[in-house]
Amino acid sequence: MADRHLAPDTPELRARWGSFAFSPEVKAKADWHIAKYPEGRQKSAVMPLLDLAQRQVGEETGTQGWLPLPVMEYVAQYLDMPVIRVVEVATFYFMYNLVPVGKFHVQVCGTTPCVLRGSDNIIAACKKRGMVKGGVSADGLWTLTEVECMGNCATAPMVQINDDNYEDLTVDRLDAVLDALAAGETPKAGTQEPGRHTSEPSGGPTTLKQMVDANHDYRGEW
Amino acid sequence: MPKVTVDGVEIEVPAGATVLQACELAGKEIPRFCYHERLSIAGNCRMCLVEVKPGPPKPQASCALPATDGQDIRTDSQMVKTAREGVMEFLLINHPLDCPICDQGGECDLQDQAVAYGRGGSRYDMNKRAVTEKYMGPLIKTVMTRCIHCTRCVRFSEEIAGVDEIGALYRGEDMQITTYLEQAAEHELSANVIDLCPVGALTSRPYAFEARPWELRKTLSIDVSDAVGANITLQSKGREVMRALPRINDDVNEEWLSDKGRFMVDGLGKRRLDKVFLRKKGGLKPATWEEAFAAVAKAKPGKAIAAIAGDMVDCETMFAAKALLKACGSGLLEGRQTGMDYDVSNLAAVAFNSTFAGIETADAVLIVGSHIRWEAPLVNVRLRKAVKRGAKVYIIGPRWDPTYPATFLGEDLSVLSKLPKDLVDAFKGAERPAIIMGGAALAKGALGAGLAAAEKLKVVRDGWNGFNVLHFSAARMGGLMLGYAQKGGMADIAAAKPKVVLSLGADEMDFEPFADALKVYIGHHGDKGAHAADIVLPAASFAEKDGTYVNTEGRVQFAEKAVFAPGDAREDWTILRALADALGVSVGFDSYAELQAAMIAEVPSLGEEGLADLGALPKADSKAKAEGAISAYPIKDFYLTNPIARASAVMQQCSAELLHGEELKEAAE
Ligand code: SF4
Ligand code: FES
Ligand code: FES
Repeated sequence: MADRHLAPDTPELRARWGSFAFSPEVKAKADWHIAKYPEGRQKSAVMPLLDLAQRQVGEETGTQGWLPLPVMEYVAQYLDMPVIRVVEVATFYFMYNLVPVGKFHVQVCGTTPCVLRGSDNIIAACKKRGMVKGGVSADGLWTLTEVECMGNCATAPMVQINDDNYEDLTVDRLDAVLDALAAGETPKAGTQEPGRHTSEPSGGPTTLKQMVDANHDYRGEW
Repeated sequence: MPKVTVDGVEIEVPAGATVLQACELAGKEIPRFCYHERLSIAGNCRMCLVEVKPGPPKPQASCALPATDGQDIRTDSQMVKTAREGVMEFLLINHPLDCPICDQGGECDLQDQAVAYGRGGSRYDMNKRAVTEKYMGPLIKTVMTRCIHCTRCVRFSEEIAGVDEIGALYRGEDMQITTYLEQAAEHELSANVIDLCPVGALTSRPYAFEARPWELRKTLSIDVSDAVGANITLQSKGREVMRALPRINDDVNEEWLSDKGRFMVDGLGKRRLDKVFLRKKGGLKPATWEEAFAAVAKAKPGKAIAAIAGDMVDCETMFAAKALLKACGSGLLEGRQTGMDYDVSNLAAVAFNSTFAGIETADAVLIVGSHIRWEAPLVNVRLRKAVKRGAKVYIIGPRWDPTYPATFLGEDLSVLSKLPKDLVDAFKGAERPAIIMGGAALAKGALGAGLAAAEKLKVVRDGWNGFNVLHFSAARMGGLMLGYAQKGGMADIAAAKPKVVLSLGADEMDFEPFADALKVYIGHHGDKGAHAADIVLPAASFAEKDGTYVNTEGRVQFAEKAVFAPGDAREDWTILRALADALGVSVGFDSYAELQAAMIAEVPSLGEEGLADLGALPKADSKAKAEGAISAYPIKDFYLTNPIARASAVMQQCSAELLHGEELKEAAE
């Protein structure tokens, strides 16, 4: 992830984002988050606010959204905290995009379990569709990022696209998901394996079988 | 108080101590990078690992582990040794092994600890990471590849300086320390991160590649850039002062130093007066000492001779001039160059009585006419600590950014006699209330009203004197103790129409009223005073003579001579002694020791280092009122307040870039 960097502070950036402000709906949500914390601790809300800001930038640009410097400055001002502290948070967490991304941010897991289950093919397939790592594809739809384990190893390989995970992928299943997204549809999130529910063992449960339909107290049987 | 065993020796440690502190109390050295006594605990370098039982069977970071009763701590076990070697090896994976070209060499914690606790060599043969340089302003040079992410610099700027400007961006291996958008660090204490940085990531830009620490001769001195009297070490090579570093003194500067005190020393070598000058046909021409003394004698001042002390002179110089004037039959002494005429009949009323360490414990503070951040940055650090502990601060005067929450009560001094209810309540509930009067308030004649307010607010109580005057000239308190004050201030001196005016490095005074007098400037820099003078006698700066200074608390401190004055310049007292001969009077001393003895005989407290006993506050005149508004503070430009700083290229650059940067940019557009 060494290629993470802040978008340079240029006059164009200032011109485009210098007057950024929360829309009334977003502002309401932001204030709701701030109200969760005690008086004087409003900076605790920096993470949800950055997320809201990123989403609003996304709406305005028709992408997943990112955090231009003036937007981070706005959040800092909104929370009355030093801007460097906001930038520290934004650069630390990978879910904040520091540079513009496409409409769909395809984050492919490249950690060992996913590699063993074929994530190399997934990445190759993405690239074949014109995606570039860290950049936006020519049609403005896709940004590809390789990420570390997303905690879906039981249904590896997986990708995360914006707010959803797509698991148990093969190249064909991935293509189907991406085609649907490109067509403006909402493909089913989660596992793509027919018949699989979530991350239960394929072929049905092997333990705690009596728990499948209802809660069962095993304690008497220990 | 918990009892712990360190390497088999049982000791008792204060409650709340950490394991690292316990080990130190037991006399064990614990290597560390991130831990610093005056900063919050970060626990991120892991160099301080020790073995502690009971606890998990693994080494533990001692700096972040509280010492509890019955702990068995080992700092000498194989586990600890291996752990230290491991941490050191990891730290050195990405740290360049470029000590020979690194400015920190010879005073680098990483270097020392690698030798003491590291393995012989590295097992790492892959590429090291490299980090791009970050600009941090004219004072701090960065080589960020060397950073080990201890975050001391981040914690300093946030916690001590109160200006959140340095941060750690990105994460893990990509973590980088920087200021926002690489803006220059913009506060008066920024350069302290240079001392804090345990490696060569942040080093001094003006001193870059000038010298190695072992080449430098170290002299104990006192910072004369303000009236705090920060303890410093002047480090010199040959005849040049290379740098000034703070010395630890918990009563005065803790271990910090203002950027001005640290970096004005390059001004010691610039614009120096190194020859005698005489005004002939309108211009200053080089002359000899004999000619100069003859010219003074020719003026036949008799009793009509006055001495004005500058802001940076030592007590010995002022005493020598006083003795000279006394021998002539004159007492025309003044040090408040800008014309202030506050009452000095009681010195406690014009001193910082609660002391710097004391003001930290104040719980309600009223600041009257002082831009403390500029007039005494190190006192502002103390006030910040007080506020963090819950103190309330009120300020009368134009707005400035104190770095802590404070209530501004407007610029009108009349507030002093009708204080707002909120403030009165805060002071009523306070245990250690304090008032700080600054130069801007004194200049407006508000001292009496301040004392009256102090009485009303009961800032003096058992074991606590909360009435404070904050001066900003290093020479002020010493001058007042030696009687450098007329009832009417400079106006009295002017009214006495002296035939000869001795300016002891006085550069801020108005020479206009003395147009007919023979103006003799005894000082070290070709600044305003020398330009206005008829005779210039080159003297020594604070670095070039032994001297006694009294800070605004009334703390007497000695500074030692670090280097020799350049050219023909002489130590001030010898000039004044020779002048006595020229004028045909006897001052009663022939050596520095005799001079000091005479001075101490007259003002005994000047002979003893430490707080002088200035007595109790006078009874306040309850009818005293202050009027008028404080339109501005006396310091217009923090970096250029004295002739040494004005001569310093570094200070000029700071002033241009940090204070007038915006204006410059605008002008260019
Ligand atoms: S620059 Fe120096 S003080 Fe700051 S984090 Fe790096 S090593 Fe520590
Ligand atoms: S390794 Fe891919 S989700 Fe865990
Ligand atoms: S000194 Fe303890 S972790 Fe750094």
